Amino acid sequence: MTFESPHIRVKDLNVHIGGNHILKNINIDIPDKKLTSFIGPSGCGKTTLLKTFNRLLDRNKDVQIDGQVLVDGENIYGKDIEVTSMRQKMGLLSQRPFPLPMSIYDNIAYGPRLHGTTKKKELDVLVEHYLTATGLWDEVKDRLNGSAARLSIGQQQRLCLARGLAVEPEIILGDEPTSALDPISTQKIEELFLQLKDKYTLVLVTHILRQARRLSDYIAFLYMGEIIEFGPTEDILLRPKEKLTQEYVKGYIS
Amino acid sequence: MILATLIIAGSLLMILYTIASKGMQSLTWDIISKVPEGGYYIGKGGGILNAIIGSLYISIGATVLGLVISIPVVLYVNIYAKRNSWLANITRLTFDVLFGIPSIVYGAFGFTIMVYFGLRASLLAGIITVTLLVIPILARAIDEVIRLAPTELSDATYALGATRWETSLIFLRQAIPGIITAILLSFGRAIGDAATVLFTAGYTDSIPTSLGQPTATLPLAIFFQLSSPIEEVQNRAYAAALILTFIVLIISLSAKYFSKKLSKHKI
Ligand SMILES: Nc1ncnc2c1ncn2[C@@H]1O[C@H](COP(=O)(O)OP(=O)(O)O)[C@@H](O)[C@H]1O
Ligand SMILES: [Mg+2]
Repeated sequence: MTFESPHIRVKDLNVHIGGNHILKNINIDIPDKKLTSFIGPSGCGKTTLLKTFNRLLDRNKDVQIDGQVLVDGENIYGKDIEVTSMRQKMGLLSQRPFPLPMSIYDNIAYGPRLHGTTKKKELDVLVEHYLTATGLWDEVKDRLNGSAARLSIGQQQRLCLARGLAVEPEIILGDEPTSALDPISTQKIEELFLQLKDKYTLVLVTHILRQARRLSDYIAFLYMGEIIEFGPTEDILLRPKEKLTQEYVKGYIS
Repeated sequence: MILATLIIAGSLLMILYTIASKGMQSLTWDIISKVPEGGYYIGKGGGILNAIIGSLYISIGATVLGLVISIPVVLYVNIYAKRNSWLANITRLTFDVLFGIPSIVYGAFGFTIMVYFGLRASLLAGIITVTLLVIPILARAIDEVIRLAPTELSDATYALGATRWETSLIFLRQAIPGIITAILLSFGRAIGDAATVLFTAGYTDSIPTSLGQPTATLPLAIFFQLSSPIEEVQNRAYAAALILTFIVLIISLSAKYFSKKLSKHKI
């Protein structure tokens, strides 16, 4: 399945880690301002694939990446690419939230400060805006200078989302962002993702099929490093064509 | 287990008791506020301010210099080099080996360099030699805490568009309690080590006023005074030991305090 002008286009991507072929011939188009989910059993390469999108994988010595990842038509593995500004286009939510070792305020202000916003007044506005956008403002407005580490896990994950949004990304990558959260916090994150779909391209890794169903426009099923099937949510979950997908969706493989 | 604990606690008390009982009588205001009168071997008058100041100069100098050298190396190994690259592994191995080398070897090595460059025994030569001694201590301790910081922390900063340098600063911040512990270890080792300063720092009765002058140190003040046949001078050695222990204690406690205060944001 291809799109006219996908936000991310992956072309013949192969990843080897320490001699193991982890991702095999990945070709996929991630559409603009939609939510695309990657599902598949654990160890199939979902995290690895997500990390190739903002080049977080290159830091290991024994990783070999072949092929192309085009973001807005530009190959991020190309020679002239500015890795830091490329990464800035993509927010990342990891499996467990990792606030920076600083106050709640500074967590949000960190990105804008890196990129040149230093005026206290402007930062105040940004901090309030993004904390409000992630539903945290009322919960934390009285302790902005308190440590981010003291927040609950669910609040920390929303803080991480707010922190990511504050650098004005175009794409948000979520790697099982709710797997460490309680049901209520999970629901809050899911609601935020649904709201964000209008403005951002979202890529979500999840192993919860119901979550994929609730949130996604498109789903790709990964198995043993290969994309087995990719299509609109209903097609993949209700009318899968491939036998492996059918089995996974029915819960045979997990 | 209880027995082992008792033995350890018991020996600590014994040590403290010995130096306190013998040192207390000589521990006067004079001894911490004056330089020796009439030579350090036989002198009964004056104090050991020269050794206190000398030791502080050397251990502070060496710890600061050691930090300036080891922090960049640790950042290189953890953040700039690719994970598990051979250079990073060799660096870690080197620090492990250096860590195990006895301080007298550093002393001898420092002495050789000193002779080679035509330096005389001096504060500078002492600081340099003690720096060599504390670099592996600092580097290993800081490396350990930085390595413990989760990789997701760097994923997070990189994803926000941070450079490796900006990421390094976050890791340092995260590692503050560990760095303070490392400084404490280093300082304690530096101020208490006799073998490194024996050939390199020299010994004098006055307080050094420049890096080129020789300096007295507390471990050597203990050593020289204890080897004196006169009992009063020997007791002054215990007073010096008491002062040394006291300084290390103060440093430990304040390090604990600051580490708590500065790590309130640690995740
Ligand atoms: N740094 C690494 N070193 C070695 N193998 C790795 C590394 N990262 C991932 N792998 C391997 O790649 C495969 C895919 O992992 P991952 O992308 O984390 O899967 P998923 O996120 O789908 O559970 C697994 O078999 C895993 O063992
Ligand atoms: Mg994963």
